Amino acid sequence: MSRQIEFVQGNVACAKAALYAGLEFFAGYPITPSSEIAEYMAKRLPQNGGKFLQMEDEIASICAIIGASLTGRKVMTATSGPGFSLMQEALGYAVMTEIPCVIANVQRGGPSTGLPTHVSQGDVNQARYGTHGEHAIVALTASTAQDIFTLTVDAFNFAETYRTPVILLLDETTGHLRERLEVPAADGIATVGRLKTTVSQGVDYHPYLPREDGRLPMSDFGGAHRYNVTGLFHDMWGFPTENPKIVYGLIRHLVDKIDHNADQMARWKEYYIDDAPTLLVSYGAAARSALHLVENRRKRGEKLGLLELQTLWPFPHELVREKCRHALSIVVVEMNMGQVLQQVKLAVRQPEKAFLANRIDGELITPTDIQNIIHVIQGKGV
Amino acid sequence: MSVRDYLRERFFPHMWCPGCGHGTVLNALLRAVEKLGLDKSEIVMVSGIGCSARISGYVDFHTMHTIHGRALAFATGIKMSRPELSVLVPMGDGDALAIGGNHFLHAARRNIDLTAIIMNNRIYGMTGGQFSPLTGYGCFGTTAPYGSVDHSFDLVELSTSAGASFVARSTTYHVIELAGIIEKAIAHRGFSVVEVMSQCPTNFGRRNQAGSAVEMLETYRKQTVPLDSEAAQTSPEKIRRGVFVEKKRPEYTEAYEEMIRSATGES
Repeated sequence: MSRQIEFVQGNVACAKAALYAGLEFFAGYPITPSSEIAEYMAKRLPQNGGKFLQMEDEIASICAIIGASLTGRKVMTATSGPGFSLMQEALGYAVMTEIPCVIANVQRGGPSTGLPTHVSQGDVNQARYGTHGEHAIVALTASTAQDIFTLTVDAFNFAETYRTPVILLLDETTGHLRERLEVPAADGIATVGRLKTTVSQGVDYHPYLPREDGRLPMSDFGGAHRYNVTGLFHDMWGFPTENPKIVYGLIRHLVDKIDHNADQMARWKEYYIDDAPTLLVSYGAAARSALHLVENRRKRGEKLGLLELQTLWPFPHELVREKCRHALSIVVVEMNMGQVLQQVKLAVRQPEKAFLANRIDGELITPTDIQNIIHVIQGKGV
Repeated sequence: MSVRDYLRERFFPHMWCPGCGHGTVLNALLRAVEKLGLDKSEIVMVSGIGCSARISGYVDFHTMHTIHGRALAFATGIKMSRPELSVLVPMGDGDALAIGGNHFLHAARRNIDLTAIIMNNRIYGMTGGQFSPLTGYGCFGTTAPYGSVDHSFDLVELSTSAGASFVARSTTYHVIELAGIIEKAIAHRGFSVVEVMSQCPTNFGRRNQAGSAVEMLETYRKQTVPLDSEAAQTSPEKIRRGVFVEKKRPEYTEAYEEMIRSATGES
């Protein structure tokens, strides 16, 4: 079979991957720089018998996909910073009710309306902490159209496996950059279907009673079993409770099912890290510049390495500690004020060796920017 | 099937205050469902937040208790995914028209086949009596201690102009009429709105000298008139009840299926 090679934007790679993963329902609201995802879905989903809805705002969009997901569909929405802010309450509802969904946030400059057409990575912490209350979250990112495709499929797989919302933290640069994408064969990447209950119709089904492995089989809402879903703390039947033991058990379950599987969800790439005294840690569009610099300097005999993170939440602390073990200095390259740097400092044995190379002016950080900062760190001046 | 079979009796007694009208709405709703002969498994109920929203816990349908103001958005996702289900969306006046006002307008505009039942008690009851978009000018709430300077929506006019294809109003006094109206609303293909004036003696009545629950019901009897009655002509100051709008307009999920047929080249 001939290979399917395309030249597409990262946003389109994301949309194609969502369909590849089995997306059936998308609801969204126009916002730069994510709108291409919605436009692609508006055209393609109805052709596949799926549904695309343009809702009245981002709040309605995420609520609609949560409703559709509960009925048994794979669902997604896409937005950018301001829209992602609006979605936070419903994101917490999806966490609490354990309804799988994927939310792509193609990041732009903020706060507020910020820089609608410029790149930023300012929403890493919002993805983790944006909705209120104690919880855990999954957030993935990628730096190329090819990796966006893979990680988008991962996002759907994690959403189904762990019954959780998954956030895809793309950015304006990777979202709009056109490059080569080789679409995998239909069976090229495994996709995870919904885990459905084996309880037959007419028999009591407990929507929130985990199996021994901790997973909760679902029953399509509106189908064989009647049950209740609520954003309140709830028992195994899905009915509200304020019983402290049940409240404690549920919050532990919500946090542990993500945090205890951090290893399973860790995705990363590494370049020349074994002998690198100076190790760059980066992700998303910033990692493209970091990789460019590393490969350039290697040609000149300078031992730079790169650890490119693709899973940002749950943050792979163990992985980062291990990969940074031999580095004399660690330079986190990102387009914010050090949101991943904070986590790297928590992860590594000597946090004083971790430095920040960033840009927060809406421009893509360049290899030269990173090089200059490394020189400063090394005391060589610029 | 008897009305009782639609209830989750193990969750009783309910949490509504003595004298609250919402139990009467639940009663009328279940009688309407029984009259239509709907199976429990054919009905989805999606509610938001507030006293009204707790209704979903008491009925043995597929039930989803969501977040404040967004019930219609969740319901839209469910209905689009499973158009064959009857989707009922009970809401409070604050839930539907303040925080959820935009979703309400757009659900009506789309004419999606949902049944919106607005339990209008003119107050935020669960949070303790703050004024709502239907409290009314000069009326009192904990956040309107000097009388509200906010004017009310007319829910019937609002729904009609937004495009709802079934619009009706009744009260918790007129229980037979109410059950009949809800029955028609559920059977209607398109976005249906039923405003039910439902007394809150605890938080609205007490602060507005409206008297006991019984006196508030008495007021509903005296201050409302059937839409097509002579009294409606002679007493224009009274609130009209009945079915204001019942028309055929293309329904959203059906229009969408048509669009899918066109996109896949089947039509």
